[in-house]
Amino acid sequence: MDFLILNNGFPYLSALIFLPLIGALLLLAMPGDNACRNWTLIVTVVTALLSLPLYWNFDLTTHLYQFGEHHVWIPGLNINYTLGIDGISLLLVLLTTLLMPLCVLGSWRYIEKRVKEFMVCLLLMETSMLGVFMALDLVLFYVFWEAMLIPMYLLIAVWGGPRKTYASIKFFLYTLAGSVLLLVAIIALYLNSAPHTFSIPQLMGQGFSTTFQLWVFLAFFLAFAIKVPMFPFHTWLPAAHVEAPTAGSVILASVLLKMGTYGFLRFCLPITPAATMTFMPYILWLSIAGILYGGFTALAQQDMKKLIAYSSVGHMGFVTLGIFVLNSQGIEGAILQMINHGITTGALFFCVGMVYERTHSRELSRHAGIGKYMPVYVTFLAFFSLSSLAFPGTNSFVGEFLVLVGGFAKNKVVAAFAIPGAVLAAAYMFRLLQRVIWGSPQNPDHTGLVDLNTREIVTLAPLLFFVLWIGLSPEPFLKVLHVSVNHLLTQVGTLPGGPMAVAKLMIP
Amino acid sequence: MNIMLFAPELFLLTGALVLFLLSLSPAGAGRARTTALVFAIGTMVSGLVFLNFEGTLFYNAYQIDFFSQLIKVILAAGLAVVLLIGRKLKGIADEVRAEYYLFLFMSTLGLMMLVSSVELLTLFIALELSSYSLYLLVPMRDDRAGSRLQMEAAVKYILFGVVATGIMLFGMSYLFGLTGTTYLGELLTRLQPIMAQPAAIVGLAMVMCGFFYKLAVFPFHFWVPDVYQGASNETTTFIASVPKIAAVALLIRMATMIAAPGGWPVVNLLVVLSVLSMFYGNLAALVQKDIKRMLGFSGIAHAGYVLLGILTLGQAGYATAMYYITGYLVMNLACFLVICAVSPKGENLQIDDLSGLHQRSPLLALTLAVGMFALAGIPPFVGFMGKFMLLANALNEGYLTLVILAAINTAISIFYYLSVVRVAYTTSPEGYPAVQVAPATKLVSVLLMLVIIAMGILPTPVLEIATSAVRVLL
Repeated sequence: MDFLILNNGFPYLSALIFLPLIGALLLLAMPGDNACRNWTLIVTVVTALLSLPLYWNFDLTTHLYQFGEHHVWIPGLNINYTLGIDGISLLLVLLTTLLMPLCVLGSWRYIEKRVKEFMVCLLLMETSMLGVFMALDLVLFYVFWEAMLIPMYLLIAVWGGPRKTYASIKFFLYTLAGSVLLLVAIIALYLNSAPHTFSIPQLMGQGFSTTFQLWVFLAFFLAFAIKVPMFPFHTWLPAAHVEAPTAGSVILASVLLKMGTYGFLRFCLPITPAATMTFMPYILWLSIAGILYGGFTALAQQDMKKLIAYSSVGHMGFVTLGIFVLNSQGIEGAILQMINHGITTGALFFCVGMVYERTHSRELSRHAGIGKYMPVYVTFLAFFSLSSLAFPGTNSFVGEFLVLVGGFAKNKVVAAFAIPGAVLAAAYMFRLLQRVIWGSPQNPDHTGLVDLNTREIVTLAPLLFFVLWIGLSPEPFLKVLHVSVNHLLTQVGTLPGGPMAVAKLMIP
Repeated sequence: MNIMLFAPELFLLTGALVLFLLSLSPAGAGRARTTALVFAIGTMVSGLVFLNFEGTLFYNAYQIDFFSQLIKVILAAGLAVVLLIGRKLKGIADEVRAEYYLFLFMSTLGLMMLVSSVELLTLFIALELSSYSLYLLVPMRDDRAGSRLQMEAAVKYILFGVVATGIMLFGMSYLFGLTGTTYLGELLTRLQPIMAQPAAIVGLAMVMCGFFYKLAVFPFHFWVPDVYQGASNETTTFIASVPKIAAVALLIRMATMIAAPGGWPVVNLLVVLSVLSMFYGNLAALVQKDIKRMLGFSGIAHAGYVLLGILTLGQAGYATAMYYITGYLVMNLACFLVICAVSPKGENLQIDDLSGLHQRSPLLALTLAVGMFALAGIPPFVGFMGKFMLLANALNEGYLTLVILAAINTAISIFYYLSVVRVAYTTSPEGYPAVQVAPATKLVSVLLMLVIIAMGILPTPVLEIATSAVRVLL
């Protein structure tokens, strides 16, 4: 257990995982819709507060996994209940816990039917998402990774829009199909490690043969690339985003997509470094394709949710680009960009949900010129849109800038191809903003539209706060990454010989 | 002869006799239900009491050990749950209820004797006792609609059953001819040196066919969809769950014989049958409208998964196969509980008949969702843990291609399980009647869900028991 700093005091991580689960079970006994809403809000807020000490007590000087917990689970197969977080997962855990109360607030009036079941699904989602980011045992990880499908499926299939059946089944099939081979790869890793183990840190640096690494990498890659989603595995995303209820879209965009990129960082890079080197150029080009494809497609959308969904494909392209340039600026930028995308895109989905509650439409043309009637709303929207296109002073600027710095340090041609992505982001976000705030002389009639109420402002304000905080002073967030990212880079190493030579051929 | 060794079977036999007496009086049908339940639970309790007994009976043809006693407990527990699920016996006419329970008991008795049989003829008689009772149960369905579907099903069931039995007997004659004995223990030692001979391999494979038929392994599956559809919901609940436990137990007994060098052709046969069962079952289930038919095809696929454990011919594989089939029993019972409860008068259910179940009965909808997701192999349910163990074990033995094919099958199967959940959770209940759920059914459904989750999260105790049980065989 030399990779784990055991936590002898209060078991924070287990408490964070099981608090929402217990909350969900107690919720079953709650009478009335409002009681359910209030109770879920209490549970998520308590979970969020409970997660704050993780940041305060985080040791910045070590790459070891902190707040560790270790219990034997299935001794026969050496499967353990091992939890722990390092710099890579800390921010993702905090993002999840802090976002959930806002999801509850954001669905307060949006969800009118079957409130109790909805809240149960939200809490189960929180449990499994936190489990994914904290698990240090592959089987435990897989259990959370797959269990998450059930509540997410129900969120889309029950409370979704008109094409919810199509979207939810597509989501489920895509993700499940991606992860069945992940299971085979997990078992193969176990059987090829010495001693046999499912422990993620112990699997790092095992020196597997290159052929074996290539196959394992491909199985991992398929699962994670579908989750991210990387071009060309992205087609489930717009469908799921458009049909999901607001909270579902927010969770999907802010946390679920991050599981894929987190998987790259946690598994692909350190466990299969040689394969990472081999596939790196292909993945860089796929990332560029995603950035450009997402940008161009977003530019053509009439549906606001679809626009943001395709913008996600582009943004996540930046994240995978940052991860696979394999230098510290790139990876730190990518992790920060994961958080930024969670904040900004989550906020944008909330914004779309808020006008949808008023007009029951997501059409861009239907909302032309609502700036005049909803000034507070468009103020928020403007800030989040600027953040989305990485305007200096907002959070995404820092992340995207770091990714591009890392990219140029790695290879100027690849990075240069990503630049149009930034320009495209400005184009589609300004197109959205211009229409929504001012529109044209032929604006539809908006009389009767009321501006945001206190609850909605409370939902958006924390996100805006983080947009500006990370944008103006990113150091509190970046400093937790340094040690872990550097350790990750030493684990990947830059192997001489074959793989690098191929990489040089692929990227001029 | 120590009568204690035979106690669970005797208890069940007494129950059958009481039911027979009840069937003679016209007023007996009402009392039959309670009597049956009491005796089923009593058999389970007596099985637990005599769990650790060991010994042989009937000129060494009948062996009592931990393996057989454990499976008898599972069989009796399965019977008790089936009785609880089909408490109302909606699909069976009032006047034959006592007989219905009688044959259900005789079938279970046959299965219990089957797992203790260590001699070919005893084994054959036990198997036939259980089969012939089932042949009678299928046409006993109350035919209000006049479709006479159950008659067709019964004929198919008996024809395929007789063919499978014939093949099995033929195989037994080979084994006897080669070794001059019908005792499994001696057979094992005498077969070792001649295992490479085609006659031995063919003989063993043919004996296994009888159990392939019970477990519904491709190509002995042809009866499955029609019998599942034609038999009443309660009968299908039984056929789909309890006999499969005994079939797996016997397949494990047979598999210990092919572990010899030269037994590889039988292993290859098992590999091929496993792959074919998985693909055939899952692909055919995709297009089913009738939920029982769908579960039937899904059962064929699950038989393929179980073979994955048996064909590795090791203690871990056998234990995992036992774990998986026990889990399958529970998952399947959970699904059939919902079918029996939702079907208003015992008729067949289309998948669309489950529309809006979340409003008509939230508990049943949850049970169905848990059962379906468990069958699909989604964590944290037992289906996932079982499949994970099976795949891990098979990969450990070097069956990489087989494991990948099984994993792909998981992805195929999710679609039809998911569409059942979708109908239950996302459609409107308009036009469908409300569902009345008896308190006992509620209790059973909660218990089944708890077992599904507990076995999935804490597999260790169950696996340890299964391991010590199969250790007896090796």
